[in-house]
Amino acid sequence: MSVGRDNRIIAFCCEKSAYLAADRAGRMRLCYPDNVRIIRVPCAGRVGTLHILRAFEEGAAGVLVMGCQEGACQHLTGNLRARDRVRYAAALLREVGMDGERVKMVNLAPDTAEKFVRAVKDMAEEIKER
Amino acid sequence: MIIAERKRFEEIRSMLAGYKKILVVGCGTCVTICWAGGEKEVGILASQLRLASNKVGDELTILEATVERQCEREMVEEVKDKVQQVEAIVSMACGVGVQTMADMFEGKPVFPALNTTFMGMPEGEGVWTEKCGGCGDCMLYWTGGICPVVRCAKGLLNGPCGGTRRGGKCEIDPEKDCAWVLIYRRLEKQGRLDLMRKYYEPKNYRAVKRPGKVQAMQA
Repeated sequence: MSVGRDNRIIAFCCEKSAYLAADRAGRMRLCYPDNVRIIRVPCAGRVGTLHILRAFEEGAAGVLVMGCQEGACQHLTGNLRARDRVRYAAALLREVGMDGERVKMVNLAPDTAEKFVRAVKDMAEEIKER
Repeated sequence: MIIAERKRFEEIRSMLAGYKKILVVGCGTCVTICWAGGEKEVGILASQLRLASNKVGDELTILEATVERQCEREMVEEVKDKVQQVEAIVSMACGVGVQTMADMFEGKPVFPALNTTFMGMPEGEGVWTEKCGGCGDCMLYWTGGICPVVRCAKGLLNGPCGGTRRGGKCEIDPEKDCAWVLIYRRLEKQGRLDLMRKYYEPKNYRAVKRPGKVQAMQA
């Protein structure tokens, strides 16, 4: 197994925000890279550090954890926990000599389809450059 | 409880040079609570080791396990089957757990993934502070429940030292409270300030106390 062998981006999407934004992007026929795989989660806080590391173990090139804007989490602090775990995961990746920029936290509202598309495109670009 | 923290990843990795199949074992008690060596941390370390190995094309198979308490032989016995399959063991327990594993499986090298630091308690989320040094001669009765052996930077038994900073902070580390100021305030609250006048003899560190052994009476 090698990192990024599939060039896939795994996007963990909170069902209250990012998943709806992704759905809206589809309805608006907005184009974004086809190497992204969306995983719906009840809250970004459901994503653990180990989920992120395992995604890379399985060959992902990049991981996005996408949740509600800060202050708007239905579970109050789920998105804040996710933010801290993404930071931790980035540090763990750097410890093993990998690029910590391959994992990012994105906060967005459910109607911001363009922001969803922008985040995915930015990660795809980042992966291509590294 | 015992507080530990994980060693630097590079240090752990360097211990495993040349090994192709290992077992990473966590402990479900103290080190789980202080986020150092529980089931989650076992998973994280194993994942990091796999990522690092894959990056350079090394072959490394990792088995994972967590026992309830790695200092109890009956519980460590549970991983016997996995131990037989590997070349080496990485223990994510405190020093006691590492040594229990090493004693039980003498034929396999056991490597510590943690540095055991002190006995302490949580002060806030993710923050633990030292409370007890295991000196074997508890004087907490005289000091209102505040241990000067570990909480005073100088370990004074008849403090304060005279260097206490403004605000009751320690001369050595201005971010820490002077233990003897804390002791004074505690005894004052309890109406036991007369204990400040007690002279405490120096602890006798010459007597051989290591390795310690306690024989408890059965109830």
